[in-house]
Amino acid sequence: MFPAIEPQVLIAVGLAAGVTYSLRLGGLLLASRFPRSGRFRRGMDALPGALLFSLVLPSIVAEGVWGLMAAALTAIVVLRTRNTLAAMLCGMLVIFAVRKMG
Amino acid sequence: MKRRKPEMIRGARANVPVAASAMAYGSVLGVLAAQKGLSWLDMMYMNTAVFAGAAQFVMVDMWSNHLPVFEMTLAVLVINLRYLLIGASLDPLFSGRGALHKMGMMHLVADENWAVTMSEQRTGSATTWFLFGGGVFLYLAWSSGTLIGLLGGGFITRPEEYALDFAFTAVFTALAVGLWRGKGDVVPWIVAGAAALLVHKFLPGKWYIVAGGLAGAVSAMLGTCEPVEVEEAEDVPSY
Repeated sequence: MFPAIEPQVLIAVGLAAGVTYSLRLGGLLLASRFPRSGRFRRGMDALPGALLFSLVLPSIVAEGVWGLMAAALTAIVVLRTRNTLAAMLCGMLVIFAVRKMG
Repeated sequence: MKRRKPEMIRGARANVPVAASAMAYGSVLGVLAAQKGLSWLDMMYMNTAVFAGAAQFVMVDMWSNHLPVFEMTLAVLVINLRYLLIGASLDPLFSGRGALHKMGMMHLVADENWAVTMSEQRTGSATTWFLFGGGVFLYLAWSSGTLIGLLGGGFITRPEEYALDFAFTAVFTALAVGLWRGKGDVVPWIVAGAAALLVHKFLPGKWYIVAGGLAGAVSAMLGTCEPVEVEEAEDVPSY
């Protein structure tokens, strides 16, 4: 059975897609007009790390002390082994164990 | 151009760990989508057209018989505002590339393959095809995850029990470690973290990501002009 896509779904998802793609491409195209050295560039170079850190920190903190432990273990494992998958699983294991016990 | 294929394969390989997390995360979305009555075609249309995990979760959450089209679009705009910054941060990688190349590559940029590419670039060997290969692989993993959840239905009714909700956090924590550049990052990261926590506490939605990222970048801009900063970060390999 082949389902059909309703017009309203077509529109809603289409708009969401348009917005998302515009942001992705817009950021890139705008950035190519930015200065390539000096203060501004320094800020842009610091951006990826700051952004990623901001993405994870609230959800780590939300897990409390064990969230911080899980994140620390994840960081140590990835630094030691350079293996992101192993690091992820170690972090998850801590949270899994804590929730099982708690 | 000859290096296109090997670069894509290298990008796909580097994304295996994050794709595993995306698949787990996607299966949770699929279960939710099934409860909201999305068909597999709706799901695949969304995966292909939007391809942004967090936004898709919110869209499915807002799903009903009469879709709130305007609110949905606005929500997606806010959640995905970070892509403006993510796109901007990719500028060094795309330097010297034409408009068509940029337009073709940017659609499949997600948090995951972006972060993998940024940490690869820190060691100096990322390319746009590496980014794209990761995107394609991630798209396949994400789509299969969502479909497994949607069609397989409630086999994971309580994903928190298996810490599946922490997979996302853990994998991005590991990736953040790869973006750490040393002492110079201490201040920007502290500022970013503080801003993110504050905004997370007081504003709904995903504003905290944008706020934290911007605060960190601005603090790096305002920082003292150490002359050490001459290291060429945009050392994109020539080919």
